[in-house]
Amino acid sequence: MLRLERRAEASAVMSYASPLLAIILMLIGGLILFSALGKDPIEGFRIFFISPLSDIYGVAELFLKATPLMLVAIGLAVGFRANIWNIGAEGQYIMGGVAASAVALYFYESEGPHILFLMVVAGGIGGMLWASVPAFLKTRFNTNEILVSLMLVYVAQLAVSWLVHGPMMDPEGFNFPQSRMFEESALLPMLVEGTRLNAAFLFALSALVVGYIFMYRSFFGFQMQVAGYAKDAARYAGFSAKRMIWIGLLSGGGMAGIAGMSEVAGPMGQLTEHVSNNYGFAGIIVAFVARLNPVGIFFASLLMALLYLGGEQAQQYMNLPSSISNVFQGMLLLFLLGSDVFINYRLKWKNS
Amino acid sequence: MTSTDDIRLELTGITKIYPSVIANEDVNLKVRRGEIHAVLGENGAGKSTLMKMIYGVANPDAGEMKWQGELIHVENPAHARSLGIGMVFQHFSLFETLTVVENVALALPGNPDLKDLSIQIAEVSNKYGLPVDPQRLVHALSVGERQRVEIVRCLLQNPKLLIMDEPTSVLTPQAVRKLFGTLRQLAAEGCSILYISHKLDEIQELCHVATVLRNGKVTGECIPSEETPKSMASMMIGKELPVCQHEAPKELGEVRLRLNKLTVESDDPFGTTLRDIDLEINSGEIFGIAGVSGNGQQELLYALSGEEPLKQNELIVICGEAAGQSMPDARRALGMGFVPEERLGRGAVPRMSLAENALLTAHGGGMLKNGMIQFKQMNDFAKNCIEKFNVKCGGENAPANSLSGGNLQKFIMGREILQTPKLLVAAQPTWGVDVGAAAFIRQELIDLRNEGAAVLVISEELEELFEISDRIAVIAEGRLSPAKKLADTNIDEIGVWMSGMWPGAGIADVEEAQANA
Repeated sequence: MLRLERRAEASAVMSYASPLLAIILMLIGGLILFSALGKDPIEGFRIFFISPLSDIYGVAELFLKATPLMLVAIGLAVGFRANIWNIGAEGQYIMGGVAASAVALYFYESEGPHILFLMVVAGGIGGMLWASVPAFLKTRFNTNEILVSLMLVYVAQLAVSWLVHGPMMDPEGFNFPQSRMFEESALLPMLVEGTRLNAAFLFALSALVVGYIFMYRSFFGFQMQVAGYAKDAARYAGFSAKRMIWIGLLSGGGMAGIAGMSEVAGPMGQLTEHVSNNYGFAGIIVAFVARLNPVGIFFASLLMALLYLGGEQAQQYMNLPSSISNVFQGMLLLFLLGSDVFINYRLKWKNS
Repeated sequence: MTSTDDIRLELTGITKIYPSVIANEDVNLKVRRGEIHAVLGENGAGKSTLMKMIYGVANPDAGEMKWQGELIHVENPAHARSLGIGMVFQHFSLFETLTVVENVALALPGNPDLKDLSIQIAEVSNKYGLPVDPQRLVHALSVGERQRVEIVRCLLQNPKLLIMDEPTSVLTPQAVRKLFGTLRQLAAEGCSILYISHKLDEIQELCHVATVLRNGKVTGECIPSEETPKSMASMMIGKELPVCQHEAPKELGEVRLRLNKLTVESDDPFGTTLRDIDLEINSGEIFGIAGVSGNGQQELLYALSGEEPLKQNELIVICGEAAGQSMPDARRALGMGFVPEERLGRGAVPRMSLAENALLTAHGGGMLKNGMIQFKQMNDFAKNCIEKFNVKCGGENAPANSLSGGNLQKFIMGREILQTPKLLVAAQPTWGVDVGAAAFIRQELIDLRNEGAAVLVISEELEELFEISDRIAVIAEGRLSPAKKLADTNIDEIGVWMSGMWPGAGIADVEEAQANA
C-alpha cells in the first residue's frame, strides 16, 4: 500500500520543485480538459500557451498583464511571510483605482506631470485606506483579517458600481456606467511603440527590488519572517505584533492600490465597474506559487499573465468560455497545494 | 532465582531507526518478576524510544520481544495494556475539565460504572498509599496528585509491568519518597517496574538493576547499590562527570532586579495568579527560585521578560528603572538577558539559521545600520558564540532545529551571555540537557555572576539550585517564600517549603478566612 510518511525535515528541494510540478500537472490537466471538451489538445495547447507570444505585441501584452499581478503579489508577500493573511487585495485594488480616477477627473482638462504623480499617490493611499480597516480591527479587537479583508472586497465592488452609476459617471456617456475617458496627462506613458505596455511595468520591477531588500536585508523584514515562523519567538524578542500587522496589511493594500491605478491610467483609460480582472485574487496565487519570493513572483506573474492571454485566445479561436482562464488558475493553485504535501511528507510503499 | 520462568520481559537485538538518527541499536534487556529495573541514560540516549516500543507506541525495525517467554509483537498501547503492561508518561495525559474517576474510566475498556469505579479507585489508592479523591476535577489537583491518578489508572488494570518515565521530575523530595514506598510495595507483590531516569541518586536508592544506554546502545549493566553515582555517570556519559567551580560570593553590588509586591492575575482559568512577590537581586549573586512546576513559574517568567507586560510600571524595577510596562526589547536595552524554558519556537526560531537566531535578541550590538542587517557582524557574533560555548553544529548557517537540545541551549545561553547582561534571568537552564553540557552551562552562570552580573535562575531541579545559587527561595501557589542563604538551609527544608509551608506562609489565608467568617 502506498503511504505518506513524514519527513524528518522539510525538503528544501521539494519546496522549489513543488511549483514546477504544479505547473506540469496544470498543463496535463489542461490537455485532458481540452480533450473532454472535444477539442484537439495539441491545438489547444498551441493556442493557449504558444500563440499569445508569437509577436512583440503579444509579449508586451504579457508584461502588461503581469504588471498588476507583480504589484499585488509582492505587497501581499510581505504580509504573508508574517502570517498576515490579506485576502482582500481585490478590494484594495479597486479602491486604488477609484482614488486614482478621482484625481484624474478632478484635474480633467488640465496639464502637467503632477497629475500622474498624484494619481500614483492616491492609488497607493486608496488601497492602504481599504487595508487599514482590517488592520485596525485586528490590532484593536483581534478580529480575523481574512474575513474582514475578504468581505471588504464586496463592499468595494458595490462602491465602484455606485460611483460609476452616479457621481463619477461620464456626463456625456449616454448613461453607460463608466467615467469619462482620461486625458493624455492622466495616462501612463508607453514603453514600447505600438504596444500597450506602459510605465507601470517599471513600478512593478522597482517594487520587486524594494520588496527583495525589505524581506531579505532589513530588520523589519527579518522581524516579520520571525513572526511567520515562530510567533512566540517574535514575542520573546519583543517584536511588536501590531506594527507587523500594520506593515503587512498596508504594504499589500498600497501595492494593490497602485496596481489599480496602473489599470485605470493604463489599458482602460477610465474607471468602469470592471476595473479589476480578478487581479487581486490571482495575485494571491502568484505569491504562493512564487513561495513569497520576489524573483519567483516575477516568473509566476508572467505565467499567470499567460493564462489570462491564453484564455482570451481560447475564447476567440476555440469557442471556449472566458472562465477557462479561471479553471487554469484554479488547477494551478490546487496542484500547488497538493504538491506542497511532499515538502513535509514522502511516499513510501508499505506491506501489510 | 534466574530460571527463565522468572523473566517477565526480554528484549533481544531491538533496533529502531528514525530517518535521521538511530534511536536504538541492538538493545538487549531482561526484566525479572518483582524487579525494579532502571533504564539510565542522558537525554537522547534512546530511553523513551525503547519504552515506546515496549508499550506499542512505536514499532521496532529489528529485534524480538518476549513477554513471559512468548514471542510477541505489541500492536498498540491497548494491546500492551491487555498483556499487563502499564505506562506512566512524563507528561500526563489527563483531561483537566473532567473528574478523576471520569479520566480513569476513559482509559478502561468497555463502559465501566462510575460508582463502582470510584470504590475501586479508593481501594487501590488506600492499598498503595496513593490518596486521591475520585470526585475531584483534575485541574484542581497538584502535579503530585495528578501523577497518582495516572498510577492508580495503571494499577486498576493489575499490571505485571509498570513503566515509569522520569516520574520524579515534577515532585517535591517528600513526594518522591512516598512514590518510592509505593513502587517498592508493588515490586514486593511481584509487579516488575521499568524506571526511566537520569537521576543517579534515585536509581541508587530504589532500583535493583540498571541498564545504561548511551547513543542508543547498551553500554553497561550494573547493580546500582554496588556502584557510586560517579561510576554510573561515567557509564552514562562515557567520561568523568565535570564538577562546577563555585567560590564564595564576593561583595554584593547594587540592586539589579527589584519586584515590589508583584501581583498578576492570570487570564488562564488553570493558570496561577502571582501574589505579592517581593524580591531584590544584587549584582554578584545567583538567586535560585525552586518550586514544583505549575506554581507560578511560567507567569513569573512572562512578567519578568516582558512577554506579558504589566499594567503598573513600578512593580518591576530593572537596573534602577521601572519597567513593568516595558516590552521585552526595552528591558533588554536596560541590560536584562533572558533565557526561556522552551528553546525551539520561543528562544530560537526553528527554521532559521543560528546566525539569524543571534540577530533575534543580539541585534543591539552593531548588527544593524539604518534598519539594515549587517550580515558580517551577525555571522561573526554567531561564530564567536558557537566557538566560545562549544556548540556542536554545522556552522552558523545551520538551522536551529538541526541542533540537539543541549547544543541549542548552549547557543541560546551563549547569545544572552555574550551580550554582557547586567541581569540574566534563566528558566530551567539545563532542562533536558545532558550531564556534560549541564555542568558547562552552570559554570557559565557562575562565571557571569563572578563578573558582577545578577543572575536569577528558576528551576525545578533542586540539586541544580543547590549547586549554583547563593540565595534560594521557593515559589508555591503564586507566592514567593522568604529568601535563604544557601549555607543556612538544606534540601529538606526547601522541600517542605515547596509544598507551600514556609513560616508565615499561611497567615494571609488565615486572616482572609477570619475576615470572611
